[in-house]
Amino acid sequence: MIEVQHLTKRYGRVTAVDDLTFKVERGEILGFLGPNGAGKTTTMRILTGYMPATEGKAVVAGFDVFEQPMEAKRRTGYLPETPPLYPEMTVKEYLQFVSRIKLKGVSSSERRSRVDDSMRKARVDDMANRHCGKLSKGYRQRVGLAQAILHNPEVLILDEPTAGLDPKQIIETRQLIRELAGTHTIILSTHILPEVSQTCERVVIINKGRVVAIDTPNNLTARLRGSETLYVEIDAQGHDVSSVLQAVPGVTGVSVTTKGDGPVGYEVSSERGRDVRRDLARAVVAQNYGLLELRASRMSLEEIFLSLTTEEKEPEQPAAAGGEQHG
Amino acid sequence: MGNILAIAQKEVKSYFASPIAYVIIGFFALVFGWFYFVALDYFMRTSMQMGMPGQGQVNVNTMAIRPLLQNVSVVALFVLPLITMRTYSEEKRSGTIELLLTSPVTDFQIIMGKFLGAVALYVMMLAVTTIHMGILFIYGNPEWKPIVTGYLGLLLMGASFISIGLLISSLTKNQIVAGMVTFAVLLLLWTVGWMQESAGPMGQKVLQALSLTDRFDDFTKGVIDLKHVVYYLSFISFGLFLTAKSVDSERWRG
Ligand SMILES: Nc1ncnc2c1ncn2[C@@H]1O[C@H](COP(=O)(O)OP(=O)(O)OP(=O)(O)O)[C@@H](O)[C@H]1O
Ligand SMILES: [Mg+2]
Repeated sequence: MIEVQHLTKRYGRVTAVDDLTFKVERGEILGFLGPNGAGKTTTMRILTGYMPATEGKAVVAGFDVFEQPMEAKRRTGYLPETPPLYPEMTVKEYLQFVSRIKLKGVSSSERRSRVDDSMRKARVDDMANRHCGKLSKGYRQRVGLAQAILHNPEVLILDEPTAGLDPKQIIETRQLIRELAGTHTIILSTHILPEVSQTCERVVIINKGRVVAIDTPNNLTARLRGSETLYVEIDAQGHDVSSVLQAVPGVTGVSVTTKGDGPVGYEVSSERGRDVRRDLARAVVAQNYGLLELRASRMSLEEIFLSLTTEEKEPEQPAAAGGEQHG
Repeated sequence: MGNILAIAQKEVKSYFASPIAYVIIGFFALVFGWFYFVALDYFMRTSMQMGMPGQGQVNVNTMAIRPLLQNVSVVALFVLPLITMRTYSEEKRSGTIELLLTSPVTDFQIIMGKFLGAVALYVMMLAVTTIHMGILFIYGNPEWKPIVTGYLGLLLMGASFISIGLLISSLTKNQIVAGMVTFAVLLLLWTVGWMQESAGPMGQKVLQALSLTDRFDDFTKGVIDLKHVVYYLSFISFGLFLTAKSVDSERWRG
């Protein structure tokens, strides 16, 4: 549905997007993840035909965005980073204007029902007669979303769709996006990592315009797990279980993470690629200890993200934080 | 065509959504009313002195209406930058240009829509003045031809101003800057005619080619010179063409 090949965009001497290649299948939600200035917005602007790429090719809904921009644009809905609203228009007037420039050869009654439809889906119908300039940030974002889905496009490109929303709205918007997937192919960008694991089927992590990783959120976490570590919590009524754990075949190290009168938590590391969970559980239970918890301690997406996008460098101490040396 | 119309209507609506359209039309009506009063007053007194009030058909046209229309052209020069300054700049500043450029509309349609929207507002301004002209027909007996051609001239000249304004607005995000630069450029084009004598033969030709206001005089005399019409239309096309180029190059630069 969306195919990007060797896409490169240079602003003068700044390379914002550097040889980007990825693919999105029909009905899929792709998360676009990267720190500030990674090139997310730039990529999306190229895909939506806002600006041409310096090099490379992008095909959206079967149409090359440089060769057949009109066809591609007709099938693409785009929510820019700042929702493109005209402050002097009411929400309804605005969407009516959008419907006039986006829908061709459609009767005015059909157009009206599309406007109503998109207002309902984006939950802005209660603000239909409010001026866009007087909307709160969250509602502006939603009207922007209504605008993007108005012509029922095959492809949706959403630049930080949940930025600036309150927690409840974030959940609602994510739900809306999940509902839209299946009938639409979606690319969304975000800095918020849980968002990606909650809404997206696949993730592209980019940094400085380059792809760092493409995979499902689950695979990413699995793939990046260093050595296999497990977290085990055991109620052993004061006995030391370390030796028992250590005796399990495949276990390479045991360390106590939480101490107390009650249950004790252990970090158990094992040989890479060897699943010791069954043996571990059996060994604990055989001693008649209470096995309260046993889970793989995975790297969170946050950690993956940081490990992928942060270069190995000593963090510089900001001079101001150094304290008052000159009292 | 539907897209052009949609954008033109949006432009006109947005003029009237802010006070700017009312201020411009109000200001224009006021200034015109004043010129009208002065011109008629002057005409009355001179014709009184000559002892033949109401008789001089040619006099009303040459002594009152012609200078009046010429004044309108100067007022348009002051007012039109206010109309065109926000056309592109504001969309670029607020980011709504992203909607237009990612919708299935061509650059040409966007430019034509904006151009026609501004022209429509200008026509409304001129429409206010036809009331005054109508009054002349009730009480006097002016010749109608120079009036009609004069308005045609005003329309063509104003549209040329608008195409310049559109071009300049497409070059900056700041509408105040766009307005000031447009005003400066129009002023330059207006005064260019005055310098023709002092310029050399070559410079004279160049200056003449640039002078939008000189050609307008012929229209107020009741003459439609096809050369002038073609000149204005070419000027407008060229302005819009450059605007398209500017929008496109902006796209490449990002
Ligand atoms: N119009 C422009 N002119 C010059 N450089 C630009 C322009 N737009 C973006 N850049 C540069 O391109 C790089 C990528 O910017 P981009 O906006 O695509 O990042 P982003 O991933 O969307 O960041 P954010 O998370 O902050 O939105 C940045 O280094 C930015 O400074
Ligand atoms: Mg961005």
